[in-house]
Amino acid sequence: MLGTEYLVVGSMRTIEGGRYELEFSLLNVTAQKREFKHTVRGRSNEMRDLAHLVSDKVYSAITGIPGAFSTRIAYVTATRNKGKFTYRLNVADADGAREKLMLESPEPIMSPAWAPNAKDLAYVSFETGRPAIFRQNLVTGGREQLTNFKGLNGAPSWSPDGSKMAMVLSKDGNPEIYVLDLKTKQFRRLTRHFAIDTEPTWMPDGKSLLFTSDRGGTPQIYKLDIASRATERLTFRGNYNARASLAPDGRTLALVHRESSTFHIASFDLQTRRLIELTETRLDESPSVAPNGAMLMYATKQGDRGVLAAVSLDAGVRYVLPARIGDVREPAWSPFLR
Amino acid sequence: MKNSFNKAGLATIFFSMVLAGCSSAPVEETTTDIEDTSVQTGQVDTSAIDDSAVESSADTVFYFDFDKALLKPESRVALLEHAASLTSNPRGVRLEGHADERGTREYNMALGERRANAVKEFLVLQGVSAGLIEVISYGEERAASYGSNDSAWSLNRRVELK
Repeated sequence: MLGTEYLVVGSMRTIEGGRYELEFSLLNVTAQKREFKHTVRGRSNEMRDLAHLVSDKVYSAITGIPGAFSTRIAYVTATRNKGKFTYRLNVADADGAREKLMLESPEPIMSPAWAPNAKDLAYVSFETGRPAIFRQNLVTGGREQLTNFKGLNGAPSWSPDGSKMAMVLSKDGNPEIYVLDLKTKQFRRLTRHFAIDTEPTWMPDGKSLLFTSDRGGTPQIYKLDIASRATERLTFRGNYNARASLAPDGRTLALVHRESSTFHIASFDLQTRRLIELTETRLDESPSVAPNGAMLMYATKQGDRGVLAAVSLDAGVRYVLPARIGDVREPAWSPFLR
Repeated sequence: MKNSFNKAGLATIFFSMVLAGCSSAPVEETTTDIEDTSVQTGQVDTSAIDDSAVESSADTVFYFDFDKALLKPESRVALLEHAASLTSNPRGVRLEGHADERGTREYNMALGERRANAVKEFLVLQGVSAGLIEVISYGEERAASYGSNDSAWSLNRRVELK
């Protein structure tokens, strides 16, 4: 009769201290039962957070997967005004609302990466005249320059325990993967090959990395064991596989894939080695998987403008984020906020 | 193929360095004075295309094929002129490498650097002191031409000499 499987009902009232109380229930129409009833409280300026909380609870009750509605995204926007560029690093809610400026520069900003504690961001900034890796605390705004080498300083990636950062440096002749110990500030070189090695990302146990290398002729995804430095090629389908982004299960990854001439986002299963294309737009890049592993965000183009889009890992759901001024690129989905 | 190119390139660079005598000893300190852009609040856009400092009249932009870092014949002709000018009147040069927007951003940073290094290796082969040459890659971050089509892309696959 209702034509729907579930129903969310609720009510809101004011309580002491100028706060609001929201009571909501999830009703299973088919089974004719109430799944749960919850009460949350918050101030008037916390309404958006409460709404995200409701979404999280409804989503996880229906799917069994934690909701990712209370998470955030970092991304870069580039605007051009009469030949002068402005680059901005922003953080916003996962749906693009409540945008907050983290850094503004006339020089390029690239590769934002969330620390596992969701309180720090690493990124590449060209503000010194050449690319360097910085870290910035989202609460205090405090910044620290982590690298200052000649050549490439790029693709920062935090280890799962937050104590180390993998990165690309070409200071020793060509792009190689290094790991920086954030406490001791010591660098350790992991790859030794004349090819381009870049875009490192950590496996959840912190013992190996995935990275992009063209040592086989074209960019492909490789796995590197940190202790032994042994490498293993993972992707064989298509002539370009790069920029792996791991789902929290440590088994599925999103990547940029090209078979003929168009770049799509694809998912790759590390166990079955099966690759599935997820997007049909062209020039798709920078996939970032949500911390619940259900969705990923990526950068694409609408006409000549860069926009962000999201797609579910089973490719069933897809949406484009509301357009902003200028080009938007390089989304990075935060971990769960605690 | 890439392996033999690198080995051949290295062999000829070594050979020409021996021929050129000790001029190959890199004086790393001088290169950091070039194009010292200040932090983000500065209004001076030193990376704008401006070749008023270049002394040779030859082309200062060199183009590349998709996914390739090989110098084209016309680039070599222009670079021979620059090399002659730089060996007779040594001055610091900055080589800025770029890629078109296709593919991932960090890989394109590496590709831009590879192209700039190809230009640097050629100049060093011609006797220019390696210590005078600074290599910076902008990947796909500083396009010369906008638009997602072949003609725009071909204008972005470039190295600029400044």
